[in-house]
Amino acid sequence: MRASSARLLGVEGVTVRFGGVTALDGVSLDVAAGTVHGVIGPNGAGKTTLFNVVCGFVPAAEGAVMLRDKRLRRTRPHDLAGLGIARTVQGLGLFGGLTVLENVLVGARGHQRSSALGALLGLPGSARDERRLAERAEAVLAELDIARWRGALPGVLPHGVRKRVALARALVAEPELLMLDEPAAGLSEVEIEDLVALLRGLTDRTSVLLVEHHMDMVMRVCDHITVLDFGRVIADGPPAVVRADPAVLTAYLGTAG
Amino acid sequence: MPALVRHLLWALLALVLVVALSLVIDPFTNVRLASVGYYLLAVAGLTVLTGLTGQVSLGHGAFLFLGAYTVGLLVIHAPALPIWVDLLAAAAVSGIAGALTGAAAARLHGPYLAGATLALAVGLPAVTQRFPELLGGSNGLGFTVSSLPPGLVGVVPTTRWQAWVVWATALLALVVLANLTTGPLGRQMRAVRDDEVSAALAGVRVGRTKVLAFLISAVCGGLAGGLQAFLLGTAAPGSFTPALSLALLAAVVLGGTGSLWGALWGAVALVYLQAGAEEFAHGFDLPTDVANFLPQAVYGVVLIVVVLVLPNGVHGVLRKFSRRRKESTV
Repeated sequence: MRASSARLLGVEGVTVRFGGVTALDGVSLDVAAGTVHGVIGPNGAGKTTLFNVVCGFVPAAEGAVMLRDKRLRRTRPHDLAGLGIARTVQGLGLFGGLTVLENVLVGARGHQRSSALGALLGLPGSARDERRLAERAEAVLAELDIARWRGALPGVLPHGVRKRVALARALVAEPELLMLDEPAAGLSEVEIEDLVALLRGLTDRTSVLLVEHHMDMVMRVCDHITVLDFGRVIADGPPAVVRADPAVLTAYLGTAG
Repeated sequence: MPALVRHLLWALLALVLVVALSLVIDPFTNVRLASVGYYLLAVAGLTVLTGLTGQVSLGHGAFLFLGAYTVGLLVIHAPALPIWVDLLAAAAVSGIAGALTGAAAARLHGPYLAGATLALAVGLPAVTQRFPELLGGSNGLGFTVSSLPPGLVGVVPTTRWQAWVVWATALLALVVLANLTTGPLGRQMRAVRDDEVSAALAGVRVGRTKVLAFLISAVCGGLAGGLQAFLLGTAAPGSFTPALSLALLAAVVLGGTGSLWGALWGAVALVYLQAGAEEFAHGFDLPTDVANFLPQAVYGVVLIVVVLVLPNGVHGVLRKFSRRRKESTV
């Protein structure tokens, strides 16, 4: 176990049951600050449930979720941004009626200082605040190389660009923990290359926890991997260790692999 | 130019136009001009609720009802109060009702929300029957609002002054609505409309945002109702039937959902379709039963045609034209 000072997120013995089904069974993992941590496992292994427990969408029957050394209790979705956690979802959940820039601006909500009343009255402080947020959003759009689509509605954009918009919306919040639900799904090999480089470049500002099916990508991008199978942790360690683990080969890749 | 300054300049320009227009039209048309003013406010408030947060209210007439009766009761029982205090009270009463409705409705979506709000429009005016002593029963309240400043008596006709007051109030409220739609709050409301989970993950308090939209929308409705009472000197349940609520929603769709400019076209249509239908019925000497319901039938037909032909309303068409012209000049 790593020193707790380096631990950003701790999942401690979390169990989740849906009726008679145990989706997570005493799952523990530590996400160290400044690392990319991957969670892999076959379909139905409990990966997304694990994400949902951290986000407070699903309550844990047992166990605890710790952010640094503080226990998260009954976190509601809108509290996450304030805790320094940003998350993308599988369906992307982009705002279809908002332009790319506006989508990212909503993600910057946590950095908004002016009050609702100030915005209604159009006070100068609120206008300044808007400009500051817009600069921040533009910077993230430029960083992800999607600035040329700032005025477009998400519906008309290619899938790869839409995924970047979702990522930009999460990144603009400048989270300490970025949770990505299948960031590589549906991307081309070239786009995955770019994504790996991008995620590796993020580790000086944020920690990343990701759920992913694309094994090759996970092995290359992650510092640490946790493997789930039937709601249990069957392996946990650096990519080289996990890759060689016989239990992982059996569960995830099949015995023939 | 900061958004606030731009919005204030637009409002000032609009007020100048209204004042200029009021000088050249007869008193009867001045009442119509004023009617467009308060309907504009009601429709604009509803378009914020429906267009921005996607909450359909079929009961907005109830908020106009509350505003009108608040002004009526205050004029009768506290005649010393100036009209602007009455109007503020109308806005406050309606706003509280809106916040309560919004809180109750925050978990309802689509047709369920529409149904719940429709119950409000059906039920609330019936309260007048329950308290006929205070609220005047089905005849409602009749009163005279003398708001003309002493210096202007004999100089400015009453209807002209009333049109000015209605429009000044409506435009001031519209400045706030314009700040809302173009600012962060409007953006968050549209985000909530498009995806509640994603909005929450971005830190937007979904329930609170939806209730706030209801509150703002109800304040506009209450002010509009108060202005109507100020203008007509009556507040009667017959003016706030569910048909009014439907007509307001029709005006929102007709003008272009979510657009404040669209609210203007919707309000003009509301006043002039009603007037046109009445004149038509009168001109052709139609039986009263037909004549009374002709405006509703006309709204219905216009609404169907608009949804089929201009899905983004009148404003959508105008915007498309102005964009095309800009592109061709570039």
